[in-house]
Amino acid sequence: MSRSTPLRDVHEALGATLTDFAGWLMPLRYGSESAEHNAVRQAAGLFDLSHMGEIFLTGPQAGEALDYALVGHLSALASGRARYTMIVNERGGVLDDLIVYRLGDEEFMVVANASNYEMVGDELKNRVKSYDVVVEDRSDQYSLIAVQGPRAQEILATLTDADLAGLKYYTGLPGLVDGRQALIARTGYTGEDGFELFVANQDAVPLWHALTAAGEPYDLKPAGLSSRDTLRLEAGMPLYGNELGATLTPFDAGLGRVVKFDKPGDFVGRSALEAVKDVPPRRRLVGLVARGRRVPRHGYPVTKDGAVVGEVTSGAPSQTLGRPIALAYVDTGVNEGLAVDIRGSQEPVDRVELPFYRRNK
Amino acid sequence: MSNIPEDLSYTKEHEWVAGLEDGLIVTIGITAFAAEALGDVVYVQLPEVGATIEPGDSIGEVESTKSVSEIYTPVGGEVVEINQSLVDDPSLANSDSYGDGWMFRVRVEGNAEDLLTAEEYAALTSGDS
Repeated sequence: MSRSTPLRDVHEALGATLTDFAGWLMPLRYGSESAEHNAVRQAAGLFDLSHMGEIFLTGPQAGEALDYALVGHLSALASGRARYTMIVNERGGVLDDLIVYRLGDEEFMVVANASNYEMVGDELKNRVKSYDVVVEDRSDQYSLIAVQGPRAQEILATLTDADLAGLKYYTGLPGLVDGRQALIARTGYTGEDGFELFVANQDAVPLWHALTAAGEPYDLKPAGLSSRDTLRLEAGMPLYGNELGATLTPFDAGLGRVVKFDKPGDFVGRSALEAVKDVPPRRRLVGLVARGRRVPRHGYPVTKDGAVVGEVTSGAPSQTLGRPIALAYVDTGVNEGLAVDIRGSQEPVDRVELPFYRRNK
Repeated sequence: MSNIPEDLSYTKEHEWVAGLEDGLIVTIGITAFAAEALGDVVYVQLPEVGATIEPGDSIGEVESTKSVSEIYTPVGGEVVEINQSLVDDPSLANSDSYGDGWMFRVRVEGNAEDLLTAEEYAALTSGDS
């Protein structure tokens, strides 16, 4: 039995195709996922992300506790700022990728993936026992609604007096949206400008309706997880379970920059990651663009001259590029003459620099 | 509930077949139910004109954003025409599944697989959508 977000009835009334995602019944798409994708690139999209987890750390040593538990240097984060980071195991394997918001001197919010947040909450509690901090998983109390796209700021500005123009990328501040208390964060997973609004569950439905009405003149569309996946893929952003997993380190995924060895003290995974940080990984995460129209998909082999040299982790038709794109782990140093084995036929692909798509700022 | 025209025959693999009553050349496509389940169709691979096909053969594929499905032919014979407009614009499979989204035409030889009536196909798909 899947869990539902407070917005489930709203999604059904909109005619959404619902799908099980990490144990949650979530909107896959409302109509055409391509139209939803394009709306986010050209205007704005409205997402229900209430399946994500919110874990709070409160106390005088909250920053130091996170420095030990995660790979980032969170105690150095200024209040109101956010950081992309990871939790790894002792072997350096990625347990989840996270966004950490510093809400105050002694308060942090860790946002974890739906599939992982219970484990992340348990891990954090275990790891920070010796610190003066309280860890509380409040995922069941919070909903998350995202407005993403070039018109997002104009839309949100009609519902809040908060200084949106002054809110930089990867910052978050508390404010009133449509008269409801929210954490307004300038973060997202689409490659566009946009906001993520953390609100109490009982505010989710009225806020969704207020945003829908405010967005109408701006061509805001409700957007499902299908478009979210193609948007993040074009933006070259990893998805836990596809590009990230416990058998891979941040360095394998090309995200070694999130590991802050220069922070004070030990942290879980430090010695394992120090041992691999200067060793070229056997395979690296790369971007591929297909020459033909068939789509490389998760699990398909990457080949060169008929030999397997890698594996696709995510693939989809790209609306923006007009051709199929994929992320894949490919043997280090193998860059040319690549193909993807698409159900027995070797379809040529070109390796490209990531991201596939970068918005004009 | 998706649209299921009364005058067509259907397969359990969610194809429709038109023109079977004449027994000469039939037209085959995927149903609106299938198109809705797939989502936006982005690529269609069809058999070659002139190819000889057998009932039950996988003769092509339909790709959407999230998935790929094979197309099975319920009839055998010679492929006499494919819908090039659909190859050029696969979204026709979504927007006009029973019209401009048709896939291929076959000059029928031998017997077709057992096909479903519209009523039987409606029963097959009810509860799934």
